[in-house]
Amino acid sequence: MNTRKFLSMLTLGSLLFASCSNDDDNPAPVNEGELITKMTVSLVGGGKTINMIVADEDGAEGPTPPKVTVSGDLSTNTIYNGTIELLNESVNPVETINEEIEAEADEHQFFYTANSSLNITTTYTDKESDYKKEDGTAFTSTNPVGLKFTVTTTDAGTGTFTITLRHELNKSASGVANGDITNAGGNTDITQTFEIAVK
Amino acid sequence: MKRYTWLLVFLLGINFLSSQECENTLSGRVIDFHDGVPLEGATITFNNRTIVTDVTGTFTIHKLCATAYAFTVSHEKCNSQVITLDIAKISSKDFYLEHHLNELEEVKVAGNTNKTTSAQEKTIGSDIIEKYRSASLGDALKEITGVSSLNTGSTIVKPIIQGLSGSRVLIMNNGVRMQDMEWGDEHAPNLDINTAGNVTVVKGASALRYGGDAIGGVVIMEPSKIPAKDTLYGKTAITGATNGRGGSLSSELVKGYENGWFIKAQGTVKRFGDVETPDYILSNTGVFEKGASVSFGVNKFTHGWDAYYSFFDNKIGVLAASHIGNTDDLINAINSKKPAIIRDFTYKINNPRQEVTHHLGRLRYFKRFEELGKWSTQYDFQYNQRFEFDIRRTEELSNLPSIDLELKTHTITSDFNFDSNPDFLWGVGALFRYQNNFANPDTGVRRLIPDYNKYDAGMFITAEYTITNDIILDAGIRYDYNRMDAEKFYLKSRWNEREYDKDFGNFIEEDFNSQWLTNPIFDYHSASATMGMQYIFKEDYQFRFNYALAQRAPNPSELFSDGLHHSAARIELGDLRIDQETSHKISLATQKSTEKWGWEIAPYANIINDYILLEPVDVQLSIRGAFPVWEYRQANVTLLGLDTKLYINWHKNWKTDHSFSIVKGNENKKNTPLINMPPPNIDNSITYKNENWFGLQMSLENQYLFRQNEYPSNISVFSPQQDRDVFLDINTPPKAYHVLNADTSMEFEIGEKSKLKAGVAINNILNTNYRNYLNRQRYFADDLGRNFLLRISINY
Repeated sequence: MNTRKFLSMLTLGSLLFASCSNDDDNPAPVNEGELITKMTVSLVGGGKTINMIVADEDGAEGPTPPKVTVSGDLSTNTIYNGTIELLNESVNPVETINEEIEAEADEHQFFYTANSSLNITTTYTDKESDYKKEDGTAFTSTNPVGLKFTVTTTDAGTGTFTITLRHELNKSASGVANGDITNAGGNTDITQTFEIAVK
Repeated sequence: MKRYTWLLVFLLGINFLSSQECENTLSGRVIDFHDGVPLEGATITFNNRTIVTDVTGTFTIHKLCATAYAFTVSHEKCNSQVITLDIAKISSKDFYLEHHLNELEEVKVAGNTNKTTSAQEKTIGSDIIEKYRSASLGDALKEITGVSSLNTGSTIVKPIIQGLSGSRVLIMNNGVRMQDMEWGDEHAPNLDINTAGNVTVVKGASALRYGGDAIGGVVIMEPSKIPAKDTLYGKTAITGATNGRGGSLSSELVKGYENGWFIKAQGTVKRFGDVETPDYILSNTGVFEKGASVSFGVNKFTHGWDAYYSFFDNKIGVLAASHIGNTDDLINAINSKKPAIIRDFTYKINNPRQEVTHHLGRLRYFKRFEELGKWSTQYDFQYNQRFEFDIRRTEELSNLPSIDLELKTHTITSDFNFDSNPDFLWGVGALFRYQNNFANPDTGVRRLIPDYNKYDAGMFITAEYTITNDIILDAGIRYDYNRMDAEKFYLKSRWNEREYDKDFGNFIEEDFNSQWLTNPIFDYHSASATMGMQYIFKEDYQFRFNYALAQRAPNPSELFSDGLHHSAARIELGDLRIDQETSHKISLATQKSTEKWGWEIAPYANIINDYILLEPVDVQLSIRGAFPVWEYRQANVTLLGLDTKLYINWHKNWKTDHSFSIVKGNENKKNTPLINMPPPNIDNSITYKNENWFGLQMSLENQYLFRQNEYPSNISVFSPQQDRDVFLDINTPPKAYHVLNADTSMEFEIGEKSKLKAGVAINNILNTNYRNYLNRQRYFADDLGRNFLLRISINY
């Protein structure tokens, strides 16, 4: 607001004071830019697909707790190819958040933390250079992103499996490129724990 | 004008003096303009003759020629008046002189500008403001015992008066009550301390004419008076500091005219980069502030008007490491003892950051009525804009503010002070205010504060009765009406969870799938009152007693907050059921002040019913992790405190000052301590002063802050990352600490009228590592390390 505009407002002020009435125009609802309502993690291996889904219809703001479902158990000694899909289902048409993550792949990373009783290991299978920036050119850096990964099972076990998405993290910190979240820093967009079993 | 009068008299005199018979007489009285009291010992001078009025203020002048004379009428402590009378036409005349105690007080330098008779209050003058030119109002006010501050870093400083802050502290900036979204903990007052000539803090709601809801107190910032004489003067001050590697430049110029006209212009620029602790740089803590003001008008004795406009713009960086995504991030930050982000020094201010702009315009008119009093009326307009930028999931989003609020306020006030009887002063006044808040929906973040229209009306009567020279009584009552009319979106899930569907179903306006658009309308009627006594005894003792009743209607944040407060990573829930809070405050002050030494003991008790407080109650799980839920609720609380001071002039050059303050806040029923109560503190300083040596002044100050041992309990939170409940240590206060500061200043005359004042200060001389309980960034980083400050000011 510049000074001229301000002065004219000041002059009109007393008039406004008398005439200001409640506008009939209702305010517009806010279109939440950062809302993720659903994450689907698909693990494909051994001829089966296992889906781990978390759905939080009212997001972080709302009181409804997220619904967590795991479609089945994993098999022992199997390699699963994992993919992650992020959606905002509160808008029509449904918004796919993956594109945003891909376009800023250098600022985002997923972490997978498995309880040791599960006897599984995870490995990143994508890197920043797999994705294109908003201007259409591909990234040249090769840090992992984590939209794609593998899960390798060994012996049977049960436990928790936590998936975390961070942004503005320190990708060059010790262990981060290997999926260790300890030194990553940054801000959490998603963090969800799934109870799973390997049988 | 005066010169022409003389000329006229002179010419007329020459023409008629010899030819006229000089046997005329002029008689009358010299009377006080205000109360009609005759002035004894007033002098009337003309043509080398002087006549003095008698006990009844009467005079008679014989042997006047039938011509025009210019009479100079004077009385001790009054402005002389020159009045031309044609004796050929007139034989009696009463002269009114501007002789009044209040007026004299107003002209006096800061230190004696009392706002109340019986409440605890204190004024800081330009000598103290001088030291804080590159800091903020909140920093300067901490010089007053019992005033502390709620900080977000070192640049966002909210004053706390005897344990209370935010909407409970009312800030008057040049006669205008600041409307700048004071409800948020991380919202500092949007004003430039360089515009102030003096600042008074009234510790409580006793200054009723400013508002009835000042449960904490009132901060009154006033510009220095402009004398009604032909004058042109100014001041330029430059400051620099090593910590933050920046400084400020402030300049003002005043032109006054004998006929009462004046114009004043002032401007300030302040810029700092990242500040640092003894060990590391606090990344993204820079600040860039710009302020300007201009005023002009006429200030005559009988009437006057003025127009004032000020502009304030501030960009403030918020510590990069303090931005957190969820509770796990907060736990990590607390445990790491050192901020997660430490970058190289820069002046650049990145996200998270705040950008606030405040425009203030005021028109004022006053008129004095003979033997009655002074009427003043004022219209003011304020425009406050606040942007808060966060680190968001993508860069595109980060370029959008997360908070974008526009607050417009129009106020009309009018009051009449009846001062014709100096032993019984009283005043009445009324106020009308309209305020509109607009929350821009383009932020992509749900509004924490909704769109609203607010209407206020208030009226008051105050009186001051001097029984004897030693005893003054004062009393006042005030009524305020507030209407809040908001347009607020609620998630249906939240609306039901709060059970608003049962109580407030009639507020629903429109259905937006997952949300309701509602139109809550609330009316509040508040009453406030005060009474007190001032008693002066044994010459240098003063005793003050005051009782103040105050009611405060809830602010928009307390009513409507519902959702994630991103900069605090917590879910804040207001409550539509919240009603006014009511405070009963009793304060006493006994002081002795002599040349040699003096002291003051000022205890108080503030009993607040339905006190509105925000505290962690629960944890909410979401796809983003766990968030602590902070809820507003009401409780009956008691604040007990004591402010004490002592000074001793050991020698003509040596002086020591000592002060101590403590406040205890407790919730009555649960008997649990209140959150964010200032810890006790002791301040000791020693000053060496030598007027003969270029006004040399050197002081060494030691501030000791105790650990706050009374705080609400911490909460446990489930951490998805650690897969278990973890203890969230957010209430535990940091350790006690002390800080040593030094200050020295000298004055030099340059030329006939100009004066140069230079000062050097060192803050935190020992480079102590410490964290302050009342700094919201204490979880993430230490407070500031050693800082060298230089200040030079030139008066011309």
